[in-house]
Amino acid sequence: MGAKKWIAMLLAGGQGSRLGELTIGLAKPAVPFGGKYRIIDFPLSNCTHSGIDTVGVLTQYQPLILNDYVGNGKAWDLDLDVGGVSVLPPYQGKEGGEWYKGTANAVYQNIQYIDNYDPEHVLILSGDHIYKMDYSKMLDYHIEKNAEATIAVIQVPWQEASRFGIMNTNEADRVTQFDEKPKYPKSNLASMGVYLFNWKTLRKYLINDEKDVNSSNDFGSNIIPKMLEDRKKLFAYRFNDYWKDVGTVESLWQAHMDLLEETPNFQLDDQQWKIFARNANHPPQYISSEAEVSQSLINEGCMIHGNIDHSVLSYNVQVGYGSTIKDSVIMPNVTIGENVHIERSIIASNCVIEDGAVVGNSAVNSEITLIGENQTITNPNKKKITLN
Amino acid sequence: MDNVLGIINLINERQHLKELTAHRNVASVPFGGRYRLIDFTMSNFINADVSKVAVFPKEKYLSVMDHLGSGKEWNLDRRSGGLFILPPIHPDETVTGDMKQFYDHLSFFERADAETVIISPGSHVCKIDFNEVLAYHKKHKADITVVYKDYVGELIEKPIYHTCSVDSDEDITDISFYTIPRPGDHVCLETFIISKTLLVKLIKSCVASGENDFLKDAVKANLHRFNVKGYNFTGDMPFIHSIESFHSSNMNFLNPSVIRSFFGDTWDVYTKIKHEAPTKYSGSSKVTNSLIANGCVIEGTVENSILFRGVKVKKGAIIRNSIIMQKGEIEEGAIVENIISDKEVKITSEKTVIGIKQPTVIKKAEII
Repeated sequence: MGAKKWIAMLLAGGQGSRLGELTIGLAKPAVPFGGKYRIIDFPLSNCTHSGIDTVGVLTQYQPLILNDYVGNGKAWDLDLDVGGVSVLPPYQGKEGGEWYKGTANAVYQNIQYIDNYDPEHVLILSGDHIYKMDYSKMLDYHIEKNAEATIAVIQVPWQEASRFGIMNTNEADRVTQFDEKPKYPKSNLASMGVYLFNWKTLRKYLINDEKDVNSSNDFGSNIIPKMLEDRKKLFAYRFNDYWKDVGTVESLWQAHMDLLEETPNFQLDDQQWKIFARNANHPPQYISSEAEVSQSLINEGCMIHGNIDHSVLSYNVQVGYGSTIKDSVIMPNVTIGENVHIERSIIASNCVIEDGAVVGNSAVNSEITLIGENQTITNPNKKKITLN
Repeated sequence: MDNVLGIINLINERQHLKELTAHRNVASVPFGGRYRLIDFTMSNFINADVSKVAVFPKEKYLSVMDHLGSGKEWNLDRRSGGLFILPPIHPDETVTGDMKQFYDHLSFFERADAETVIISPGSHVCKIDFNEVLAYHKKHKADITVVYKDYVGELIEKPIYHTCSVDSDEDITDISFYTIPRPGDHVCLETFIISKTLLVKLIKSCVASGENDFLKDAVKANLHRFNVKGYNFTGDMPFIHSIESFHSSNMNFLNPSVIRSFFGDTWDVYTKIKHEAPTKYSGSSKVTNSLIANGCVIEGTVENSILFRGVKVKKGAIIRNSIIMQKGEIEEGAIVENIISDKEVKITSEKTVIGIKQPTVIKKAEII
C-alpha cells in the first residue's frame, strides 16, 4: 500500500450525555444539525476540502446509525480503493480485545490501521464541533514550525475559559502548559480538540501511555502533558473563524439560532466549502397558500401550512394549518398537526406533535425544551371522542 | 427484475419545447424544482430493479451525460451492468432512425446478459411500475407490448403524437403517426417490452432492407404477424407537448396530493445530488403556494411559483406564476410574472418581465 502524507482519525465514540434524550439511540456525532446534516458531516467535509483522503472513524457508543451513515464515504468523495473512509469500532485481536478506554487508547488500538498507510502526520479530530477549517493550512504551519505536535486553539471569552482545555503559550505560540478546565485560567486559548502529530512521535507516546497503568489514556489529560514534560516542540495553531461546541442542549439550540442571523458568522451555503451530507434525496419543499415563513432555514421534503418564525426545519417535516413554530429546531421526519404551538424547543427525529399541542416555554431566558426521538405529544385538553 | 435491459431512447425526441431544448435533449429539460425529465424514467427502471440501462442520445447530449455521470445517484455504478451511454458512432452521418443507431451498437445488444428489453423515451413524467407491465407481457405471451395512455388535456396545435387502435382483446390493430389526439384516444407512449432475441432479429432485418424506425418498421409492419398487445397506463402523467403544457404540468405540482403521489406514496425519484444547503427565508420573505428546492435565498415575494436549486430572490423582488430554474437571480425590485427562466438567468433590479397570455421563456444565462 502506498504511503500517505497524512491521514485523519476522527474520534466519534462519545456518548454526549449532556445532550440528554437526543443521544439515547445515537452517538453525539450522529446528532442532526442545521436542517440537513449530522455533526460528523462538518469534520468529514473539512477533510475532503483539505485534501485528506484517508479517514478512520472511531466508533463505540451506539454505533449503528453512525456506521450506516458514514457507509462507504461516497457523500464526502471518500469512496476510494486505497484509503477513503473506514469505520473502526473496537475489535478482538489475537491477544483479545477491549472497549476504547480513552481517546488515546482508541487510536492506540488502531496503530495497525495507521501503519498500513505509513503516514508522516496524523490528524486527530473529534466529532463534536461545528466549524469549517482548512486543515492543510495547519499542516503548513506545523511543518514551518518544525513541530512534533500542533494543537488548534481558539480564543474564548475569559469568563468561559474554565470550561475548556486551555493552552498556555510563549510569545512564539509554543505551548508551555496545558490546563484541563482550569479554575483560574492563565490564557484564553482553548483547545479545539484538533491535534496534528508526527506519526513516529505519537506512535511512541501511545505505546508508552498504554503501559502506564495510572493513565486515563486521553489526549488532553495524558499524551499532551507527557509530551510537554519531555520538552517536545508543541505549537498552538490559532483559528479565528466560527467554531462551536454543541455538547449541550442549550449550545446546540444556540448554534442553530446563529445560522438565522441576517448575516451569519457561519454560512452553510458557501459554494467554495459545501458541507456534504447523505440522505439528500427529497422533493422540493412546498409552502402552501396559508403558510407564513420568515427568518428560517427549511430543507427539502417539508410541507408547510403553518407559521414558521426564526426556526430551522430539517427534511420531511410536515406542519399543519394554524400551527406556529418559533425559535425552534425541528429534526427530520417530524409530523406537526394543526393548531400546534412550539416555541424555544428542539424536537428530535420522527416525533409526532398532535393537533392543538403546546410545546416549549416562551420566556426569554427559560430553559430550552427537548423532545427526544420517536415521541408523540398530545394535546392534554383533548376531549375523548367515543364512537358508538 | 431478472435479466432485463432498460433502453432510454432519445433518438425520436421532438422539439416542441423550443428554447428549452436549444442546447439539450428533451430528456434533460429541468422539471419540478430539482429534477430533469429523464429522472422519472431512470427511477422507474431502478424501482423495477433493472440494473442495466443504456441511453441512446442522438444529438445535444452533453447535458444528459453530465447529469447522469457514472449513474451513481441511481446506483448504476456497477461492476456488471450499470449505465451505458451509446451516442451515434458516425458523427458525420445523420441518424436516419432509431433502428439504425441500435444497429450501430448491435454488439452491445448481443452481448448484454438480458432476456427482455424495455424501451422508453426519456421525457415522460410518470411513475409506471415496469414489473406490472412485464407481468402483463408474460401473461399474454406477447411478442411486443406497447404501452399507451388515453389522451387528456386541451387540443394540441401540431400533430406530434402517434396513436394506436386497440381491439377488445387488447391487441394493437393499427398505429397512426403524427396525429392530433382527441380526449380518450390511445396515445402511444413509445414504451415497449420485447424479448432481446426478437429485437436483435428485427434490428438486423429492418436495417438490411433500409427500414430504420422501430415503431413503424418493426411494430406496425408486423402487427399481422406478431402478438402485439396494448397495455393501458392509467396512472398520472401530464402530456407535455408545448411551452404552455410544460408550464401547466409543472404548476400541477403546487398541490400537496400531487407531490405526495409522485414523491411520497411509492418509490423515490432520484436526481443528481448537488449538496445545497437548506433554503434560507429572510425576515422580509413572503412565500405562498410555491415549490422550492434547496440552496435558495429568499428575501422577496414568491407566489404560485417553482424555484429550482440555488435561486436568489432579493428584497422587494416579486415572482408570480413562474418557473425559475437553477441558479436564477432576481434582483431588488424586479417583477417576474408568467415566465419560465432557464438556468442561470439574471433579472436585474427594477426590471419587469411578464409573459402576456402565455408563459415566456428566458434563455439560459440571459441577463435582463
